[in-house]
Formats: sequence, structure tokens, C-alpha cells
Amino acid sequence: MSVRKSETMPIRTQADIVHVRQAVRTWSVDAGMRLVDQTKIVTAASELARNTLEYGGGGELLLESLSEGIRVGLRLTFTDHGPGIPDLELALKDGWTSGSGMGMGLSGSKRLSNEFEIESQVGIGTTVRITRWK
Amino acid sequence: MERIPILRMGSFLLVTIQVDMHDRLAMTLQDDLTTKIVQTGASGVLIDISALDIVDSFIGRMLGNISAMSRVLDAETVVVGMQPAVAITLVELGLSLPGVRTALNVEKGMAILRATRTLLGEEEDDDVSPEE
Amino acid sequence: MTTPAGGSRITEVLNVQENELLQEWIAEQRQSGAARPDLIAATDLQDQGREFLGLLRQAAQSGEFSNINIPAWSGVRDLLTELSRTRARLGFAPSEVATFVFSFKQPLFAALQKAHAGDAVGFIDDIWTVTQMLDKLGLLTTEAYLKSREEIIARHQEEMMELSTPVVQLWHGIVALPIIGTLDSARTQIVMENLLQAIVDTGSEIAIIDITGVPTVDTLVSQHLLKTVAAARLMGAECIISGIRPQIAQTIVHLGVELNDVITKATLASAFALALQKRGMTVAKVSQIKS
Repeated sequence: MSVRKSETMPIRTQADIVHVRQAVRTWSVDAGMRLVDQTKIVTAASELARNTLEYGGGGELLLESLSEGIRVGLRLTFTDHGPGIPDLELALKDGWTSGSGMGMGLSGSKRLSNEFEIESQVGIGTTVRITRWK
Repeated sequence: MERIPILRMGSFLLVTIQVDMHDRLAMTLQDDLTTKIVQTGASGVLIDISALDIVDSFIGRMLGNISAMSRVLDAETVVVGMQPAVAITLVELGLSLPGVRTALNVEKGMAILRATRTLLGEEEDDDVSPEE
Repeated sequence: MTTPAGGSRITEVLNVQENELLQEWIAEQRQSGAARPDLIAATDLQDQGREFLGLLRQAAQSGEFSNINIPAWSGVRDLLTELSRTRARLGFAPSEVATFVFSFKQPLFAALQKAHAGDAVGFIDDIWTVTQMLDKLGLLTTEAYLKSREEIIARHQEEMMELSTPVVQLWHGIVALPIIGTLDSARTQIVMENLLQAIVDTGSEIAIIDITGVPTVDTLVSQHLLKTVAAARLMGAECIISGIRPQIAQTIVHLGVELNDVITKATLASAFALALQKRGMTVAKVSQIKS
């Protein structure tokens, strides 16, 4: 598997979340993804970008275009240096959480992606990586 | 500050969302709508999302809030024009938008709002004017 | 393993005898039938051969003939990959594409034999090196060929899936999707997307999904069906699932699939009657309709 191209975007303001959506849309179109698959990854990106901003206090997104044999894919890595998530298992459970509403974002993004990884340490920060293959 | 325009059609309010809204803009729309409903005594709100190519949990929550708030203010809300890819993604995301009435397009949405009003015995008023 | 500089004549032969090599090589290709004059013009064959030789000469400067993955060989690799893909598209057989490379052995051996004139050991060493190198390049073309074929097949499969299940409009505001055959995950998704799009395009508030022609329904398929019903509802339309045979009904219950708020009917006909009813219509004999 190889990374064909990559780009980093800041997530520091609400306008950045809109830019993230637009960038992920463009990259997924370039990857030749069907409309529904594009919509899924753009929606997941919107959720995770919002988490990064609202819960993580800001961070960045690394976009990577992947290729493995004839498969092409898009990998998004959201990183923040915020408070971290104390109980990952709870955070990944389904259902609305009021207040930060973060729970829906994580479990939902997982369902919308082909691959999902999360690492988080309290006081250090959180990294969420999702991949969608064409 | 930019705002999403709200049109008045008789006793209904019509909102067409055509931009990729950032969160603050969405909250402003929510506030503006509730204000207008009270101001105009509107009995129905039609939100056209046919131009939205994604609806995430934030927008979904906004639509749910608008529906609930307008109901408290004695107005019915109908969301129209959801794109298939958006609907499929919302289902996958686990968002069912409870309490939000939907219709395929503006025409059918208006029919629902009129039907609800007729039930309540109100009169028709076909005056159209933009509110700002 | 590179041969000692004093003994190898490969680079020298490639530098000095390019034209003779090219002509003999093209003759070999023609003789083997791999030149395919029906698919590519003679001038193109010349150009491709010349380009290959030029890049081969450059790669040979590195002195490395065993490992063709180093950067010095990238020009040759890229050319052969592109050539294989193009020829695959044009309709060449895989062996014909590989013969482009393999038929170069004979001319090169002949040239090396002359160059080594009497030095049998040097000659054999070079033969060995060249054979290994051309074998690897030949295999590279075959792999590139296969890869491009796989891509074409995948694209065709996708197109076929899109075409295989049309949505029909039964009446104003009522569409039906009769599904025939087994449903795998990929097909189900495409079929369902087509249905939702048809709902938007025709402005139909009722969609009937008929599974009379579906032999088995597993958990994945029933989940997709339910998701489609949920998506249609979100859009403002309603789905009726019809054609549920006794075996499928049993499977659904057995799998614990929740069909609570989904309307199901045994036949397409009864589903249609229900759809009409929901739209405030009914079917009546002409003689019964009072004018």
C-alpha cells in the first residue's frame, strides 16, 4: 500500500470545518468514489473535525490518498492535543450524548468508514484515523 | 453577518438552504426562524434542503430543534428535498430525525402544510413577500 | 550480481549496435506473430522499439542488470507498464505483449556472440545476465497486463450491476422495484440507491420492493432492505415490501430481523392495491363508475 499524495489542514475555526468538508469532497471525487461513498466520508469528516475543534480545542487533519493494487482509498487522520477521552469504550457507544454530542460523532464516523482507529490519552490528546476505499 | 434568507408565503415561512453552513450560521438560522414565526404568526415552516449534499449530526440536530420549537409555537415544520445519498448516510450514521416531518419536494411539503391548516379551519392567504 | 567490467560486452553492444538490434528484433516480433499489424502500425512498432532500446541503454550505464527495481531502471519499467496497459486495451493477448520483450533475446544473443568472438566464458556470463534481465522485464509486462485487465473487469461489473434492476412506475406516485436473482451486498446497495433516486426523479411517495424473485435473504440483505426503507422514510416516501415467500418469512423471523414498522405484503398485487388505497384511489369497473 502506498500514499500517492498528502496534505495537512488546520482545524482551528468553524470556517475550517467547512474547508475540511470541501477538501474531503474534492479528494473523494478525485479518487473516483461513488456519490454515496463520497457523502459518507465527507459526513464522517465533518463529525470528526467538529470533535477536534469543540472537544479537542483545535488540531489538524492529514489527508492521504492511498493505493493498494487496483484499490484506491482516502485516509483521514484527525489529531488534537486536547484533554483526551477518559473512557473510549463509552465514547464509542451508540446514541446521543447531550452537551458535547461527541458520542454520536465517533460511533457514527466508525460506521461510515471502512477502517477506523482511535488513540487517546488523557491530558495528551486524541488521534482518530478513518479510511474509505473506493 | 451573513444570514440565510427566510421568505414569507402567506402564513408559511420558506427557507432554502443553498450554502455549506458553518455551525454558527446554522444556529443563527434556528434563532431567526423562531423569531420570525412569532413575528408573523406563521403556522407552517418549509425547509428546502435539496441543495445540501451532506447533513451531519449538527445540521440534523438543528432540523430537529427547529421542528420542536416551531411546534411549541403552534407551527408545523416540513423538511423537503433530502438527497438519496444524504438519506442513506443519515441512516448509517444512526440519525432518524425523530419528530421531523419530511416530503419529497416543495410542492408536496406545501400540500402537507395546507392540509394541516385546513384541519385547523384557517383561511388561505396567497400573499408572497420576502422578509428580512 | 554484476559481471566483471572487463568481461561484459552488454553495454558496448547496446551502445554501438542499436540500429541492427532494432531491425532484427522487429523481424523476430513479426515472425512470432506478436507484432499484430492489425492492431498497431509499423511506424509505432519502430518507435516503441527504439524508445525501449534507448531506455535500456541508459539503464545499462548503471552496470546493474540483476535488480531492475532501482531508480536507474524506472524509465524501462514505466515504458513497459504503459505499453502493456495500452496493448491490453487494444486487444493483444498476454503472450503477445510478453513476446515484445522475449523476442529481443535472439538478436541480443547474436550480437553478444559476435562481440565476444571466442571468449566463451565471457559470452556465457553475458547470456546468463541478459536472460535473467529480460525474463524479469517480460514478467513485469505480464503483471501490468493482468492488472489493467482486472481494472476493466471491475468497471464492467459495476456497470452491469447498475443496469440489472430497473425501477418501474406502476402509477402516478407509485414505483416498484422487482428484484430478480440473488442479492450480494454490492448489488443490493446499488439497487437500493437506484430506487431512492427513482423516488426523487418521479416524485413517488410510495415504493414497492418486490422480492418474489429472490431465492434467499440473509442478514446482510435484510439489513440493507431495512436501511432502504428508513432512508426512503427520511426523504418523505414510504416503502412496502412484497413477495415474501414462506421460507423467507421463516428466515427473517429466525434471524431476529425487526420488521415492526415496515409494511409487508405477500404479493405485488396486494402491495399495489394498498398503495392505491393510500393515495386515495381504487380500481373499479367502467360500468360501475357513474358519470
